[in-house]
Amino acid sequence: MNTMFTQGPSLVFRLALALFVSVVLIFIDHKLDGFASSKVYLNSIVSPIQYLASLPGQLLSSSADQLVSHQKLLDENARLTYQQTVNSEKLQRFDLLKAENEKLRKLLGSPIQTPAQIMVTELMAVDNNPFSLQIVVNKGAIHGVYEGQPVLDEKGIVGQIMEVGTTNSRVLLLSDITHAIPLRIARNNVRLIASGSGQVAELMVEHVAHSADVEVGDTLVSSGLGNVFPAGYPAAKITSIIRDESRPFAQVRAAPVAQLDRLRYMLLLWPSNAPSMPVYQEEQVTGEPKE
Amino acid sequence: MRLRNYAIALSIIIALVLQIMPMPLTVDQFRPDWVLLVLSYWALAVPGRVSVGVAFLNGIILDVLMGTSLGVHSFALCLSIFVLSSNYQRLRNYSLWQQSAVIGILAALYHLVMFWLQHLQTDVLFLFTFLWPVVTTMLMWPWIFALLRKVRRQLRIT
Repeated sequence: MNTMFTQGPSLVFRLALALFVSVVLIFIDHKLDGFASSKVYLNSIVSPIQYLASLPGQLLSSSADQLVSHQKLLDENARLTYQQTVNSEKLQRFDLLKAENEKLRKLLGSPIQTPAQIMVTELMAVDNNPFSLQIVVNKGAIHGVYEGQPVLDEKGIVGQIMEVGTTNSRVLLLSDITHAIPLRIARNNVRLIASGSGQVAELMVEHVAHSADVEVGDTLVSSGLGNVFPAGYPAAKITSIIRDESRPFAQVRAAPVAQLDRLRYMLLLWPSNAPSMPVYQEEQVTGEPKE
Repeated sequence: MRLRNYAIALSIIIALVLQIMPMPLTVDQFRPDWVLLVLSYWALAVPGRVSVGVAFLNGIILDVLMGTSLGVHSFALCLSIFVLSSNYQRLRNYSLWQQSAVIGILAALYHLVMFWLQHLQTDVLFLFTFLWPVVTTMLMWPWIFALLRKVRRQLRIT
């Protein structure tokens, strides 16, 4: 170390250069979106760090799986068998209803909805950046993931794919402040737009007229407008309505039905108009999801 | 010895891993700024090897890891590390708790600059919970300092 005579350019110059380059990068990235193509490579370069970071959690959960008691497994098995029976009964009715619905749609001359393809994905990392709500999942470009793809969990919509890496990708959650989703109320088809609040469990439903038929507890499902989320998936429940006549619109808040703070397994959805097709790995050749 | 050459890089990588490790939401808001802590130590101990340039590089890596626009973390990190690098001779003579206070102030600067930069991009709201990491970073400094000093003396890194 040479403390007496500094080598190279002075510290202030280096700071000025670094800050200048940072500002230029922020400008190019945010305003011009100039790194869209190179982000894939950048994400792939840093993905070893992400794998390392998710390793302890995976070890913990796998050892928890190993050490689970016999009784617990039996209980779970019984519960799942029960659930499976109930669900398969529902599925039988669903098949009938689907056929009937298709027939009716044909009679009406409206297009038949083609089923979406799905793939199970697992949570890899959660960003601890308090200003944006994003997560990283373990499926990427090699699995056919595309930008803007809808992501669901077992309860409802989670968000959409924001950046795609080679083997992992970044999901923007519903309640991120930059996210908005077109919805309708399942009860009466009133169309609304819910934008994120930046808080995990809160959405703001915007531009709701005071006279609109909205009630606390209403389920909001995706409306299919906007061509990102396919229609009919549950997204949120209305939690509070403040009808203050002095304001132009009623203040309506909703909570996402998906538990955005305790995600583990999620579904990637390929609607019929998806720009790419899912590429299943060896264990999923049949097209049936494993879990 | 090979480890000697890689000790600084290794410690920074461990800090990066700790920085992005998934945590339950309740613990997450108290996560100290590991990268800032480790870089601060090296900037004070070996200012010839770790200063603004390394901070910039790590900032870019953090930006990619956390999905912020490229440059946000590097801007804030460079600014904080610059303060340390330009005053390292004075700060080295401070007692540990005085250093802690300085690191706390720098962590606050780091978070406020980052908030400000992201506020320019999207209308994020300021909550005081965003400043919890400042407190935990301050509390972590003596331990990180002791640990890294031991590493540095053991491996004779200059």
